[in-house]
Amino acid sequence: MPMRLMDGSEAIVEAAIMAGLRFYAGYPMSPATELLEYMAEKLPHHDGVCINAATEIEGVNMALGAAAGGFRAASGSCGQGLALMQEAIAEAALNETPIVIFNMARNQQDYFQATRGGGWGDYRTITLAPKDLHEAVEHAQLAFHLADKYRVPVIFMGDNLLARTQMGTELPDLELEPLPEKDWQLDGTSGGSGMSRQIWTFGCGKTNNPGPGPSLHWERIATKFDAIAEVEARHEQGFVEDAETLVVAFGSGGKFVEHVVREMRADGHKVGYFRPITLWPFPGDALEAASHGCKRVLVFELNAGQMIDDVKLNVLDRKLVKAIGGVSFDESGLNLGPLMDAGVIRERIELAINGASK
Amino acid sequence: MSIVMTTRPPEAPSNKVASFKPTLLQTEEHHLCPGCGEPVAIRLVLEVIEELGLAQKNVSIIGHGCYGSFIMTMDVDSTLCLHGRAPAVATGLKRMRPDVAVWTLQGDGDMTSEGLAEILHATARGENITCILLNNGVFGDTGGQMTASSVIGQRTKNTLEGRDATYHGHPIVIGDMVAAMPGSAYVARGSVHNAASIAATRRLIRKGFQRQVEKKGLSLVEILTMCPTGWFVPASGGADYMMESLGKTYPLGEIKDISASE
Repeated sequence: MPMRLMDGSEAIVEAAIMAGLRFYAGYPMSPATELLEYMAEKLPHHDGVCINAATEIEGVNMALGAAAGGFRAASGSCGQGLALMQEAIAEAALNETPIVIFNMARNQQDYFQATRGGGWGDYRTITLAPKDLHEAVEHAQLAFHLADKYRVPVIFMGDNLLARTQMGTELPDLELEPLPEKDWQLDGTSGGSGMSRQIWTFGCGKTNNPGPGPSLHWERIATKFDAIAEVEARHEQGFVEDAETLVVAFGSGGKFVEHVVREMRADGHKVGYFRPITLWPFPGDALEAASHGCKRVLVFELNAGQMIDDVKLNVLDRKLVKAIGGVSFDESGLNLGPLMDAGVIRERIELAINGASK
Repeated sequence: MSIVMTTRPPEAPSNKVASFKPTLLQTEEHHLCPGCGEPVAIRLVLEVIEELGLAQKNVSIIGHGCYGSFIMTMDVDSTLCLHGRAPAVATGLKRMRPDVAVWTLQGDGDMTSEGLAEILHATARGENITCILLNNGVFGDTGGQMTASSVIGQRTKNTLEGRDATYHGHPIVIGDMVAAMPGSAYVARGSVHNAASIAATRRLIRKGFQRQVEKKGLSLVEILTMCPTGWFVPASGGADYMMESLGKTYPLGEIKDISASE
């Protein structure tokens, strides 16, 4: 496909539909509104359905229904809307219904929400956090693949910058491994067979075909997430081999940090960068290796300190870990603030380096 | 015709003339209380589904309540969804599989307390689904607390002196609300308190599913079901109690049939 100038939201919707998305239900909320608008415009032209849900709760449950029927389905909002979806996200994990949740976040304050979650039960949520639109159109496809592969909910973590910036973008059709047929999908055909299908969080099965029951079912789900954590952690890093200072950031912040680190390298500073691409599973082993021999590990995130917990869990000497981010919004309270700026980030990195040497 | 002697015990075991277990139930056994009306109502739904030739063409979306345990015995494709959200889940599935009969099974706590928004918005959109409401005016599964459908004066564990409209509010008559909306095709209220009401309710359920097959819009069949445990009355007294209490707030009969007016 040739390169086209598109809104981030439009490109993400195109990529999701290319990946087989056929059902979306959402509720407008800035900056996720355009995602809903493009879904409403485009899905009906691809044998799909987009429903303007009455609430985020209704929308995500509709997506659960479409996904239970065997179709690739999604809902989306910003973190404020995802707050309302927490019960359903946990439910999708516990009853093994693959759905994708788009979080076009206002800022970077949804890290805990995405990686710890607010539903009940022993579940985790694969969370993809692209640094820019080129990566986002790949993640929009990968998200559905991972959701189906593991029968789990997957969060796509974007932000205002990603949603609303126009970029010239190609839409590469990712080559992903083929997945087995969904022999669990509720297509209505197995009634009266004695082996009718069931999707149920308690995993009890039916009289003719008993399931493991809640305790074993939930233990099996937890084990599945452990297995995902082993193989699905993704990250990007640069200049870590001889870095004295490692800067960790995610999403758009990771893109800014990468730029600043390249600039500082050009000026002779021994700085490296590390970006978790999956917020969960957090690429802990890779961070441990990348931070080996560093004098300091700086965490840049536009919040009061969320990802820094995961960084401290994985850098061997947690005393080396320092926050250089902070809460930073624009005047509207709906958008990234002045801290998301290459000049400011460089100042903060330099302050951390020089302050330490004084 | 041979004469059956009644002055001595039978010489051979008697035979049931027919099994009353619907084909779409994997077992007759259930764990609900003596006098409960829900198994009867569920039996009717399953019989109707088979009668209409929908056995291999239906999915049930089940809410949270005592009836939920039937997900283990109903031999149809099923999911037990989050409390109150059945019409939303059904919407997603039906929109993607329009030729499958999608039906929800909810209690009054599930539909009128936790899930009022979902049933009303599904109706507003005219979703082509069939919603079965088992209305006993009480949270039976948790042991007898007030729902939005509990009737005035009804004693529950959290309305000890009876539901008082000035303190606890008025019951929500969901059938009438749904019937008033243009998206509904069929709304009826039946009951399972005696043989005649069971036979009548069977016809209402049948019409409800027929309207879905005809793609007319949302159908809601409300069924008053006995819950002697949740009403704190003897099992044998459930039927009479129900018609004296719930029966007055929720009169039986068809409330709306879009096809009849065509």
